[in-house]
Amino acid sequence: MTTANMRQIGVGILGWGVALVMFLPILIIGVTAFKTEQDAYALSLIFTPTLDSFREVFERSHYSTFVYNSMAVSIISTLLSLVIAVPAAYSMAFFPNRKTQKLLLWMLSTKMMPAVGVLIPIYLLAKNTGLLDSVPGLIIVYTLMNLPIAVWMAFTYFNEVPKEILEAARIDGANAWQEIWHLLLPTTLPGLSSTALLLIILSWNEAFWSLNLSSVNAAPLTVFIASYSNPEGLFWAKLSAASFLAVAPIMAVGWVAQKQLVRGMTFGAVK
Amino acid sequence: MKRKTLLSTLATALFATVGLASAASTVTIASINNPDMIELQKLSKQFETANPDIKLRWVVLEEGVLRQRVTTDIATNSGQFDLMTIGAYEAPIWAKRGWLSPLDMPASYDLDDVIKAVRDGLSYEGKLYAVPFYAESSMTYYRKDLFDAKGLKMPAQPTWNDVAGFAEKLTDKAKGTYGICLRGRAGWGENMALVTTMANTNGGRWFDEKWKPTLDTPEWKKAVTQYVDLLNKYGPPGASANGFNENLVLFGGGKCAMWVDATVAAGMLYDGKESKVADKVAFAPAPIASTPKGAHWLWMWSLAIPKSSKSQDAAKKFAAWATSKEYIQLVAKDKGWASAPSGTRKSTYASPEYQKAAPFASFVLNSIETANPTDPTLQKVPYIGVQFATIPEFQSIGTVVGQTIAGALTGKTTIDAALKTAQAQAERAMKQGGYLK
Repeated sequence: MTTANMRQIGVGILGWGVALVMFLPILIIGVTAFKTEQDAYALSLIFTPTLDSFREVFERSHYSTFVYNSMAVSIISTLLSLVIAVPAAYSMAFFPNRKTQKLLLWMLSTKMMPAVGVLIPIYLLAKNTGLLDSVPGLIIVYTLMNLPIAVWMAFTYFNEVPKEILEAARIDGANAWQEIWHLLLPTTLPGLSSTALLLIILSWNEAFWSLNLSSVNAAPLTVFIASYSNPEGLFWAKLSAASFLAVAPIMAVGWVAQKQLVRGMTFGAVK
Repeated sequence: MKRKTLLSTLATALFATVGLASAASTVTIASINNPDMIELQKLSKQFETANPDIKLRWVVLEEGVLRQRVTTDIATNSGQFDLMTIGAYEAPIWAKRGWLSPLDMPASYDLDDVIKAVRDGLSYEGKLYAVPFYAESSMTYYRKDLFDAKGLKMPAQPTWNDVAGFAEKLTDKAKGTYGICLRGRAGWGENMALVTTMANTNGGRWFDEKWKPTLDTPEWKKAVTQYVDLLNKYGPPGASANGFNENLVLFGGGKCAMWVDATVAAGMLYDGKESKVADKVAFAPAPIASTPKGAHWLWMWSLAIPKSSKSQDAAKKFAAWATSKEYIQLVAKDKGWASAPSGTRKSTYASPEYQKAAPFASFVLNSIETANPTDPTLQKVPYIGVQFATIPEFQSIGTVVGQTIAGALTGKTTIDAALKTAQAQAERAMKQGGYLK
């Protein structure tokens, strides 16, 4: 066996090892969800699977309402973020001025403040505009929350596009919208779709604003999970079943979109 | 024309909904995820059937999240909830701020049946502001089989010195048996609940009559030294990460010879489906030191109506139903007496069925009745509460002090240094709060 071969095998084993470690928590959730509460404390893999926990979870809460809210909030807020971020990134990437860099940095800096610092003002705003516990309210908050990331990512992808292509289009008489629609979007599609996927995942998992700004009408899956954990008394099987139900949709989406995601991540780097 | 029709349709629809809303009042309940409240949610359908004009909406949350959520809501006067599950810590503070509606319960509610210590803990200036759903104190659990094997006998009222002596004899680290399990995780409702009762029984207190913190006193040093020694010498490894649940698993799995914690654990430890030591567990009161005062805590979850609620009457009607004698009997019928909400009503403990189903009943009742939140310590204090002080600043003070004591437990700092830091931090917070000059 050549050393190159050995190295390849070594890298393979390492890769699989790291992947397994990262997957382990999800595996444990998946396994525990099918155990009884008594079995749940043991980490053993030998047990009689049961659907009791799922049955109880479905009995206690309206799963479909939570899923609907999660989907509505994450998809619409992602689309809104992109609609605002693409033109912004376009102007920053192709028509930069002295302040562009500072502006970008300032946008990112808004992400550095702990969310709880603005809880009361945002809560009051939501209350006074009647957006408390409403899907539109959460969509607005999520859109604003994800906007810096969307602009930054779109900006990075747009920077990879040679300016000459756009110039050529402009000479041919294309206006800004035509440039964006016919040239920029098709060439950066892998990057933008991975941005969209990331935003969906971030909104799906967002647990601070959803827990604080919603109660019944707009409650997404994070609120659903929060109703199954408890510091006095152990309900690991039920908590696992709830968590499993909460991550299943987004994991399915991730699986399907895996190819796009990987292409988007390496976009530009392999050129 | 078309637009006009559309507008009028919309207006009609709007009025129709408003009309509906006033006909049936909706009560939104912020509730905590514990077995008692889940059972309440399940049985509440019967309340809705009996009261068709009231519709209940439930928001069930984990304790920490619930606390943050309801505090934000009530502090901003938002009126998202008509009924809130709040603890013994919040009730008097919120009542003082005028956030809660006082509760005058009808004669049929039989308020005198509610244990006095519990009622007092939920009152402010003599007026009741929350009705108790569940109450707990703390007590000692021990393994009768291990005690018998070594020829040891738990006294009727153990002292912390007795406990240390037993722990020494019962620890067998090679076999994975630890003499004692105690809460170690930092937090005002975690390690500080226990450590405060230890300080109380050593004659200590959180604040003196002039609100000066007293964490640098010999009483606190004695209590914390004993606590750290017990856990380091006879406790399980990694004790600083253990809260109620972790210790429940340890004791229930046969790893601990003794455990001092909430009375609610009794039902769980006696349940053969949940614990391996169901036939071996015995109990004693919480250990004392130089004084019995404040040696065991008192906590309750209760239902309160925020002033901002628009369905005051409906919310009150449901709160009364959920904490009534009839409701307790309903649970007994549905799930058995052992699962009846405990710690609130004397009539529950007087019931022969309950005594039979819960052999620990009289113990728990005694612990709750003898906990006195209005006179919790040997020396006078300006606050209400056994294992906490009902001032808004306490949450953060308690947690910071909890962290320094957890630091002493893991050996990051010495006990003297930890208490000195704790005292300095507490003094600073009390100065900022305007209690001290």
